[in-house]
Amino acid sequence: MKNTLEIRWHGRGGQGAKTAALLLADVAFKTGQYVQGFPEYGPERMGAPITAFNRISKDEIRVHSNIYDPDYVVVVDETLLHSVDVTAGLKEEGAIIINTPKSAEEIRPLLNGYPGRIVTVDARMISESSLGRNFPNTPMLAAAVAVTGILGRDEFIQDMRASFRHKFAKKPEVIDGNMKALQMAFDAVEEAL
Amino acid sequence: MSAKRIKERMSGNEAVAYAIRQVEPDVMPAFPITPSTEIPQMVSTFIANGQMNTDFIPVESEHSAMSAAIGSEAAGARTMTATSSVGLALMWEELLLAASNRLPIVLTLVNRTLSGPININCDHTDGMGARDTGWIQIYSENNQEAYDNYIQAFPIAEDPEVHLPVMICQDGFITSHAVENIELLEDAPVREFVGTYEPEEFLLNPGNPVSVGPYSVSNYAMEARKAQEDAMVRSKDVILKIGEKFGTLSGRSYGLFEEYKTEDADYIMVIMGSAAGTAKEAVDELREEGVKAGVLKLRVFRPFPEDEIAKALSGCKAAAIMDRCESYNGHGGPLAQEIPAGLFRNHVNIETVSYVYGLAGRDFRVEDVRGIFRDLQDLTENGKTIEQFRYVGLRSKQE
Amino acid sequence: MRTDISNINEQSPYEDLTEGLKLFAGGTAEQFNTGEWRTNTPVFLADKCKQCLLCCPVCPDGAIPVEEGKRLAFDYDHCKGCGICMKVCPFDAIIMKEGIKP
Repeated sequence: MKNTLEIRWHGRGGQGAKTAALLLADVAFKTGQYVQGFPEYGPERMGAPITAFNRISKDEIRVHSNIYDPDYVVVVDETLLHSVDVTAGLKEEGAIIINTPKSAEEIRPLLNGYPGRIVTVDARMISESSLGRNFPNTPMLAAAVAVTGILGRDEFIQDMRASFRHKFAKKPEVIDGNMKALQMAFDAVEEAL
Repeated sequence: MSAKRIKERMSGNEAVAYAIRQVEPDVMPAFPITPSTEIPQMVSTFIANGQMNTDFIPVESEHSAMSAAIGSEAAGARTMTATSSVGLALMWEELLLAASNRLPIVLTLVNRTLSGPININCDHTDGMGARDTGWIQIYSENNQEAYDNYIQAFPIAEDPEVHLPVMICQDGFITSHAVENIELLEDAPVREFVGTYEPEEFLLNPGNPVSVGPYSVSNYAMEARKAQEDAMVRSKDVILKIGEKFGTLSGRSYGLFEEYKTEDADYIMVIMGSAAGTAKEAVDELREEGVKAGVLKLRVFRPFPEDEIAKALSGCKAAAIMDRCESYNGHGGPLAQEIPAGLFRNHVNIETVSYVYGLAGRDFRVEDVRGIFRDLQDLTENGKTIEQFRYVGLRSKQE
Repeated sequence: MRTDISNINEQSPYEDLTEGLKLFAGGTAEQFNTGEWRTNTPVFLADKCKQCLLCCPVCPDGAIPVEEGKRLAFDYDHCKGCGICMKVCPFDAIIMKEGIKP
């Protein structure tokens, strides 16, 4: 797939990895690109490892298969590193973004010798401090946008405010917390880069 | 009369629900089943929000959904429903009645396999199981085609030359749950395209009584079947006419199938649904490498365009016939039977290899397509023996 | 598109039959002479009849017409000669006769 950015998400059922992938597709769509956002479906089981995917391209996207050689991988749950081969096919010039309080160098030994860039984000801490609960997908979405450079910070934040207003129309009280989570994660990643 | 196009992104289910809101049928009886559940869910929301004025009938099974659809359509109401997999199987008896009573019902099918083993993912077992029920069947590659085909379904079904039910199919999860770009039309041009449903005869028409679904003795029943078959044959021209008219409106016209780089192709893959996009991607790669490959994406499966396919394949050396479904006959799926029959009757003497792929959601990749074209090259140029019926991506001790 | 069923019979070519064999007409059963199937025939004895009308609703073929509260003669075009009316009559005002003629 030439000229196509491919992203694979790893999470556990209920953590919102699928929602994050769909929101990322939304974000990229607003930049005028062709997008795909889709989960790999199985029986719906809370806690089971799940995968979701994004393709982003200037050209029309016709492929309808899963992603095996991603440019980027996002790991929403650190515990998956012990059971899922998250770096399978991941391009060396790409990057893996992991939700963990640990540093990139502490994580590297768990990644089957992956030589590329590792970005760690403490999404749990960010979520708990901004939302009061552990919803790691919101910070991980911001981290994915920051690392892939799909959209600049200000434009992204502005877009997401509009999306959240729509998504949380019935519970506007959570919008500010979510916005804060996005900003904190974006800043943390930019600082690390 | 080209209409304004709205650039959006949405899943295949969202796209169909959006089209349903625009068409605003009179009645929708439905029972939820994965992966089409979102469609009745979204339509119910549109109705609750006052965005459309359709009578939604929550029924207790798919058998009842199709029964209610038959009654409603016969009564004179434009009627549609949605289902998947075993839901379609439970409708089976009624599917035949809808067609034999010549009722232009529209069903949006989100293709999913049937058990067993128990599985919720995509293949074409459901649609193919209903292939002899007398419904027109149109398959979609992506959310855009699911949307476009749905809008065209009503003018096709309701054409006086046709009066047959239409099934609009898209691949479960692969397109139904994937968010992709789409170009939508505004409500007004869609409504104008579909028009108002004004059946000449219908049950709820005081002073003009009608008997629907009579018992027919042997002296009549066979004649009725032949008339139904004639209508199916006639529908081909109507499908083409509507496909062209839709092109004038949207910039996207439709035929019985799409030919992608087949004109000078040595090797052609015949395939339906979402995998056709993957096949096109592989064809582009192969073309760059000097392999003359092409894709024939079958859109209209019923009526089956046998002669047209034979003609389209007549110039190639070998064709791969792709079924996302088993027929358990030892020789491949439904396409693997019908296409070679058409080649034989049209005296087109090319090599074919039949493949079963993507059963129960098995991923189908660009690499798989490349491997299949390699088989065709091996068969025609490298003098290798290739089995005439193969499974794609199967784990086997023999491979 | 109204149907004239007198133009349709078991010799009609399929092109002349209606779509889905639907009948776009009402009361067409009247045009079907089921009386031909009769092998026994009820005979109405008017002098014994008290006009209780018990016979009318039990007739499966609606072959006992009623006007202004009184039953009339049998409709032999549609009577199949089942004899239910004879059974139900309390006054022996209906008798059954062998054959198709009263």
